[in-house]
Amino acid sequence: MAEPRFAYRDVRVDGDDGPIVEHFSATVARTGLTAVVGPSGAGKSTLLRLLNRLDDPDAGDVSCDGRNVRDYDVLDLRRRVQHVGQVPVTFAGSVADNLAMADPDADADALLERVGLSPALADRRADVLSVGEAQRLSLARALACGPEALLLDEPTSALDTASKGGVEQLIRSLADGGLTVVLVTHEARQATELADAVIEVAARA
Amino acid sequence: MSMMVIAAVEHSSLNISGNISFTDVALALCLVAVAVVVSRIREVGLEGDLLVATFRSFAQLLAIGYVLDYVFRGHGVLTLVVLGVMVGTATITSGRRSRLVPGSYAVAVGAIALAAAGTLGVLTLLGIITTNARAVIPLGSMIISSAMNTTSLVMVRLRDDLAAHRREVEARLSLGQTSHQAAAPWHRTAMRTAMLPTIDQTKVVGLVALPGAMTGMILAGASPLAAIRLQLVVMYMLLGGNAFAALVAGEATLRRLFTRHHQLVRSLRRVPT
Repeated sequence: MAEPRFAYRDVRVDGDDGPIVEHFSATVARTGLTAVVGPSGAGKSTLLRLLNRLDDPDAGDVSCDGRNVRDYDVLDLRRRVQHVGQVPVTFAGSVADNLAMADPDADADALLERVGLSPALADRRADVLSVGEAQRLSLARALACGPEALLLDEPTSALDTASKGGVEQLIRSLADGGLTVVLVTHEARQATELADAVIEVAARA
Repeated sequence: MSMMVIAAVEHSSLNISGNISFTDVALALCLVAVAVVVSRIREVGLEGDLLVATFRSFAQLLAIGYVLDYVFRGHGVLTLVVLGVMVGTATITSGRRSRLVPGSYAVAVGAIALAAAGTLGVLTLLGIITTNARAVIPLGSMIISSAMNTTSLVMVRLRDDLAAHRREVEARLSLGQTSHQAAAPWHRTAMRTAMLPTIDQTKVVGLVALPGAMTGMILAGASPLAAIRLQLVVMYMLLGGNAFAALVAGEATLRRLFTRHHQLVRSLRRVPT
């Protein structure tokens, strides 16, 4: 059996009112799309953030490619393991400027085409994009870092139905293209239709 | 001829302000009474605050007056103690104002003390002022007071902005930026917010109002030309001191709001949006 991309071992993360996640262990396969599902407040997003060290566990450990994530250079780890949040974030400037923040030599046209956006958008101000376009731009910016894994935190929850289907197809195609994709979702349908594997997170007691 | 004019002005000024008695101070309270009456008639509800402010200003200035009188009469070694008490009080005020920043008191004492020490150090090393208590304490108090406001503004603004824009900050961190790079836009804004009032005050000095040090010297009978020289030193000193305080407060606050692994501290991430 191939070594997993990520592994959680007996992880606990504390919140203000007790543990958000406790005694959590799971693995994420090196290839394909793994969905993390569970009820609201179960700690799904918190678990995702541990993989690129936007947060650290209070107990237990998290590994990437068999090595504790704490042993990596954190900035290097984050470029290799890209996190895209629930609400699309665009930075001041044009679409091309946004991509250049991830990589000054980024091929904007190729990246935009890869996420299903027209290269003609490159010179448009990023803050006038629709929510769906902005989320695709967030994905393009993540891809500009040349990652090995994508962490997606409810990436379609802010989108309308039409945009949602397109972004779901894009996510699936990225996983098929060889990226490790970890998708946090509260939608059982999305997990069933998109994922190769599912990690269920139980509600807090 | 001009010297005679200056002398006449000095003589006149001394008659106006040089011998204010406590009876005169008590008479000036009628102006506080005006403020109380206005507050009462318009139902502003500030009568209590006005009375507390009047009493506190009287008690505090009376106390510092006696302390300075004692220090200036050959007890200059107490200069550092007086400045230390000022820094301590400013630290408590600024630290409390910015209490949502973890370790706010440590940030405040570092920024205020370094601003005071750095600015007074430059002034004495360049020979602009002597190390005499009569020079160091009043100028030090101006720097400390101004640095206190600057420090509070930087801490509060930086913390609030990073909390409000934490998604953008974390998106930057996710691209592999350091905490300093990720916080840079809000760090700049906080420093500008804190430094601009002093810069604006310096720009309009003499046009909108005669500043305190200059007014005090003129009322005490000094020549206006001597007064503006002191005032210029004071303004430049405050520009430097505030920049120093903003720099230290900004750097120290960032260190408190991010972990050494370039993560936002949890208290900032869990602020409701």
